[in-house]
Amino acid sequence: MQPLLTIQGPEAALFWILAPLSVAAALGMLLVKKAVHSALLLAWVMITLAIFYIAQDAAFLGVVQVIVYTGAVMMLFLFILMLVGVDSSDSLTETITGLRPIAITAAVGLGGLLVSLLGRATLGREPIGLEIANTAGNVQGLSELLFSKYVFPFEVVSALLITAALGAMVLAHHQRTNPRPSQREQAINRFRSGSLAGAAGLPGPGVFARHNAVDVPALLPDGTPAPSSISATLKARGDVLDSGQFQLDNVDTTVVEEK
Amino acid sequence: MSLDNYLYLSAILFTIGAVGVVVRRNAIVVFMCIELMLNAANLSFVTFARMNGNLDGQVVAFFTMVVAACEVVVGLAIIVTIYRSRRSASVDDASLLRR
Repeated sequence: MQPLLTIQGPEAALFWILAPLSVAAALGMLLVKKAVHSALLLAWVMITLAIFYIAQDAAFLGVVQVIVYTGAVMMLFLFILMLVGVDSSDSLTETITGLRPIAITAAVGLGGLLVSLLGRATLGREPIGLEIANTAGNVQGLSELLFSKYVFPFEVVSALLITAALGAMVLAHHQRTNPRPSQREQAINRFRSGSLAGAAGLPGPGVFARHNAVDVPALLPDGTPAPSSISATLKARGDVLDSGQFQLDNVDTTVVEEK
Repeated sequence: MSLDNYLYLSAILFTIGAVGVVVRRNAIVVFMCIELMLNAANLSFVTFARMNGNLDGQVVAFFTMVVAACEVVVGLAIIVTIYRSRRSASVDDASLLRR
């Protein structure tokens, strides 16, 4: 078989289209503010890598990459993002002064080192390609190796998986240190606290106001807006409107509604 | 185009991941950057498998994926545990051992 020297045609086109896109997405991961956007960009990088795997005669790994990484791992990341929610750690301000220039310098150094190393290194012979190794099929070839030469690492990895699952269960298990207050105790606490304002529970957003959106505070019976009626999450995101503009005295009631 | 270009791409992605680990403060984003580094290493493994004409590199990449999955599970559980006690996912806030 003729040794595979260079890659031409479709694969080269695929590479030159997808490689810049994946590098751009990876850079975007560092630059975007919200963690959810980072997760989506990382999912894109992983999909491009899966395409590269399939282009490089690693069909099984390409499919596993899509199923395990973009399917399971990124979904797990998104679940945890939903669980943890937004907080101040999303901001891009540097907390350690001078960290960013040092990090970029070190990164340029590391990248230059790796690239120049790859540029100087030679394999000693021409790249062979996987046509011979994949004659029986990629999955068959992999399984043959996995269950003969690599059978012991395979078993060790299974032990690792079980240990990781157990470890995650132990870490995620939450033991209460104080008993959960019953409804009766909660009611008593509400009535015995300083004021009776919250005795009937907090007002919902938009109640008795001119809007019923969740970012609009409720109006109390005396016409003053109730900031406590708005979810703390909206406040943390900065998506909340100013309560004062909804005070009854300030609201412009002369607007004629459209028919 | 030679097969080396895949290796260059892998090196660049690895470097970007390394920068992310150092620069970002949100523990989840730091974790995603570690995943990016693992993926970049996997791309090199697959490329070397193709250069050498045997499937050993692909088997190693497969093992890397399994280990990465384990790492994600345990790491995210740790992040959730830290978040539960400290109400923050910032890597700067987890400094209990400093004192």
